[in-house]
Amino acid sequence: MSSTTLGTGRIQSAPAKDMVTARALGRRRKFKDNLVRWLCIGATAVGLFFLASIMVTLLWRGLAAMDLTIFTTEFRPTRYGDDSLPKGGLIHAILGSILQVAIGTAIGTPIGLLVGTYLAEYARNSMMGNAVRFVSDILLSAPSILIGLFIYQLVVLPMGGFSGIAGALALAIIVIPVVVRTTEDMLQLIPNTLREAVIGLGAPKWKMITLVCYKAALSGIVTGILLAVARIAGETAPLLLTSFGNNITSFDLSKAMASLPIAIYQQANSGFPDLIAIAWSGALLITVGVLAINIMARVLLRSKI
Amino acid sequence: MSMTEQQAGTTSEGASFGGVQARSTVAINATSRISVRNLDFFYGSGDTKALKGINLELPDRQVTGMIGPSGCGKSTLLRVLNRMYSLYPGQRAVGEVIMDGRNMLDADVDLNELRAKVGMVFQKPTPFPMTIHDNIAFGVRLHEKLSKSEMDERVEWALSRAAIWGEVKDRLHTSALGLSGGQQQRLCIARTIAVRPEVILFDEPTSALDPISTLKIEELIDELKRDFTICIVTHNMQQAARCADQVAFFYLGELVEVAPAAQMFTAPREKRTQEYITGRFG
Repeated sequence: MSSTTLGTGRIQSAPAKDMVTARALGRRRKFKDNLVRWLCIGATAVGLFFLASIMVTLLWRGLAAMDLTIFTTEFRPTRYGDDSLPKGGLIHAILGSILQVAIGTAIGTPIGLLVGTYLAEYARNSMMGNAVRFVSDILLSAPSILIGLFIYQLVVLPMGGFSGIAGALALAIIVIPVVVRTTEDMLQLIPNTLREAVIGLGAPKWKMITLVCYKAALSGIVTGILLAVARIAGETAPLLLTSFGNNITSFDLSKAMASLPIAIYQQANSGFPDLIAIAWSGALLITVGVLAINIMARVLLRSKI
Repeated sequence: MSMTEQQAGTTSEGASFGGVQARSTVAINATSRISVRNLDFFYGSGDTKALKGINLELPDRQVTGMIGPSGCGKSTLLRVLNRMYSLYPGQRAVGEVIMDGRNMLDADVDLNELRAKVGMVFQKPTPFPMTIHDNIAFGVRLHEKLSKSEMDERVEWALSRAAIWGEVKDRLHTSALGLSGGQQQRLCIARTIAVRPEVILFDEPTSALDPISTLKIEELIDELKRDFTICIVTHNMQQAARCADQVAFFYLGELVEVAPAAQMFTAPREKRTQEYITGRFG
């Protein structure tokens, strides 16, 4: 008997497929497949349900008190069962928030940008770079009340009181690690061949970074800054211990300053129905604002050249 | 000592590396623009040599083609010639790369000045994220102060030399990223020659391009050698045969053979060269 016939014989005599077992296994696979699919869909549905209910409640109750006075008037005291008192607004908190977020971003962004550049361009695999990256990542997830406490010790106590600048500094500290991470990530995405092409023309490293790398990573870096703005716009805890809140419009950075999250926090806790209604409007304002910034960030990132 | 004398010296002494007899490029009648002498290269701190005792003359205004299988050291040698390796800590070169009577491996060489003299074109097109005009002007601005009209003139000159002026002259102020791959590569060549280097290094400049773009780049290289000394690394033997005046064959970090292109592809001296160009390995 030649080896070839032996081979053919073997194939012919291979055991037939046991269709009963195969079908049973198939049913089990199908069952598991369906189980996992419905678990995923169920979890998504639960998440979406809560998100939708928050959004609907927010719209429903936020729109109830939303009118022009929100944007034109400051806080006004109220009294139970007295409708004769004029309705108050949130302009002091809106302006306070914009000012503190703007200063916080203005201070935090350049620092974050430079640290991110250091990590991506100068300290890629160095011990120092890894240490800085580690600390920055911890800062990124640090509870924001701790940052408030830190500024309280560092600025509020020595200055002898709450102040707008203390609030802005606390926000700046939250901005830094966000910008560090996105800047580093975006610069890392740039291929080394582009860097070599710049260096190959006889350019010094700082020109390579500022004239080419930043340009190539621009939309990503700006997106990171926008995300940081969105993050600090809704921060309450660090402001509670730093700028404290104020019932009047104030641009004095050395005095306590109002902000939207704090105004919501205080008015929602007041127990007066009209103030609570205004707090809902404030919550809607912040949500819409943060949403708008997030959408802007997404559009920017998509149009990345 | 003139370069021709130096070459003659090498021939008579028959400097040896890796058991292979060195041969000068006797048939190339030109002075040497860059002389590589006893060059060793290390990628890490260990003793592993990526290049072993390389001796090579790059004749002035001629095209030197470098061939060899992947990892043979040809790209490494290219990156030594403009000190690109200095970007990466830990990489080091030992030996001499003589240009204008100076060893370019010396620690006190101004790297930006060197790279302005020895330009480089990469495997993948690397347009900068800016307009076509600014891509060309970028390198020029690093080394010269030109008025706006002088700069426009230089940009047109460089783009014309790179045979792309006609295709982009109406869109100079649009993003260079909108060009096709072949156009981007010619833009990168224009950007390199705009700095007016003396030597241009091409690192597999057509391996990411289609055949028609490849043909254009090859014609361009042929044209450019009137003014520039050119060194091209390629995996494509036909390309080396078409473009190069002198061909160097590398294998496992050694320079096995250097010869005029015609001789290299018809009557190589070394058995390894013959086996490589006939496709027996690599």
